[in-house]
Amino acid sequence: MLICKNMKVSDIIDRLGLKLESGQSGVNREIDGGYVSDLLSDVMGNSREGQVWVTLQTHKNVMAIASLKDLAAVILVKGFKPDEDMAKQSEEEGIPVLSTTDNAFEIAGKLYEILK
Amino acid sequence: MNKYKVDLHTHTVLSPCGDIEMSPENIVKKAKEKGLDIIGITDHNSTKNCNVLEDVAKDYDLMILKGAEVTSKEEVHCLAFFENEIELLEFQKYLDEHLPKIENDVNKFGYQLVVDRKENIVEQINWLLISALDVSINQIEQKVHDLNGLFIPAHIDRARYSILSQLGFVPTDVNYDALELSKFVVKNEFVKQNQYLADYCFIQSSDAHFINDVGSITTAFQMNDKSFKEVALALKGIDGRKVMCYE
Repeated sequence: MLICKNMKVSDIIDRLGLKLESGQSGVNREIDGGYVSDLLSDVMGNSREGQVWVTLQTHKNVMAIASLKDLAAVILVKGFKPDEDMAKQSEEEGIPVLSTTDNAFEIAGKLYEILK
Repeated sequence: MNKYKVDLHTHTVLSPCGDIEMSPENIVKKAKEKGLDIIGITDHNSTKNCNVLEDVAKDYDLMILKGAEVTSKEEVHCLAFFENEIELLEFQKYLDEHLPKIENDVNKFGYQLVVDRKENIVEQINWLLISALDVSINQIEQKVHDLNGLFIPAHIDRARYSILSQLGFVPTDVNYDALELSKFVVKNEFVKQNQYLADYCFIQSSDAHFINDVGSITTAFQMNDKSFKEVALALKGIDGRKVMCYE
C-alpha cells in the first residue's frame, strides 16, 4: 500500500476537490491525521497538532482553537462558509479554512482513505 | 436600597421538557413560597407564556422578567429579557422567523402549551421549540440589544448547550449583561478556574423544569425597586447596586 508521507493542505485540496475559503498562506502546512467534532470544548481537549479539523461550526472561536492546538487546517462541511471574522482570523493565523459540499461522514471517509 | 431574591431561569408547560405541573399559578405560588421577589420566564425559543405569568404574578406581588432561553446556531443556550410588550413581540417574531419548523413528536419530547391563567390550553405549538435558530450567538446578542433587552449566556459551566461546551471559551467580542451559572457550581470556585471571566457579572439560577426546582438556587440583587431598569442597572453595578451569588 502506498503510504503518503508529508501530506500537505494543498494536497488534500487537490485530491478531495476542496475549496480554499481563507488562509492561503498556510497551504503548505503538513497534515498529521484528522479530527471530527462540532463541540469546540472537545476539540480543545482532544485534538492533536497537525490534524485537519472537520466541523460545521463557523464561529470565530474555531480559529482560536485551531491556532491554540496548532491544527493544519479546518474543513467546513455541507457548503458552510466561515463567518467574516472567522475568515479574517484564518488569514491572520495562516491556518487555511477549506469547504466542501460533502457532509462530515462523507468527507471524513475520504480523508481517512488518503491519510491512513 | 433593598435586597431582592431572584431566580431568572424558569421553564413552563410551553417548554417540551417542562413538567406539566409548571402552570402559571403553580410557578407563582411556588416562587412566593420560596420567598422570591423576581423570577425570569425563559421557555425554549418562545416568549408565549410570559404575559400570563405576569398576569398571575400581579396578584402575588411577584415580578416577572419576560424573555426566553434562546438556542443559537452553535447550540449555545442564552437568556434574553425584554422590558416592554412591543419588544417582546418583536423578539417573538424574530424567533418565529429563525427557528426551523421541525414537527414536534409529543411522545418523545412532550407537550408545548400556551395556557391562560386557569390552565386552559390556548395554543399548542406544533414545531419543536428545542431546536436551534439559524443565527449565531453574535447575531442574537445584537438583536437583543437592538431591542434594549438583556443578554445572558445560560448555565455556562454545563457540559452541554453552554457557551463553554460549544465554543470552547467565552468570546470577548460579544456584549453580555451577565453570565449565568447552574446550581451545580460555586461561583468563586468557577471563577478561580476561569480567571479571564473574573470581571463579568454572574448570576446563578435554577433552570427549573419541575415545580420543586423553582428557586432552588437564587441570586441576590441589591437595588432600589423591582423593575426591569433597576435589574439592568444592578447587573452593571451602578451607584451601589449589586448582584451577589450565594456561597
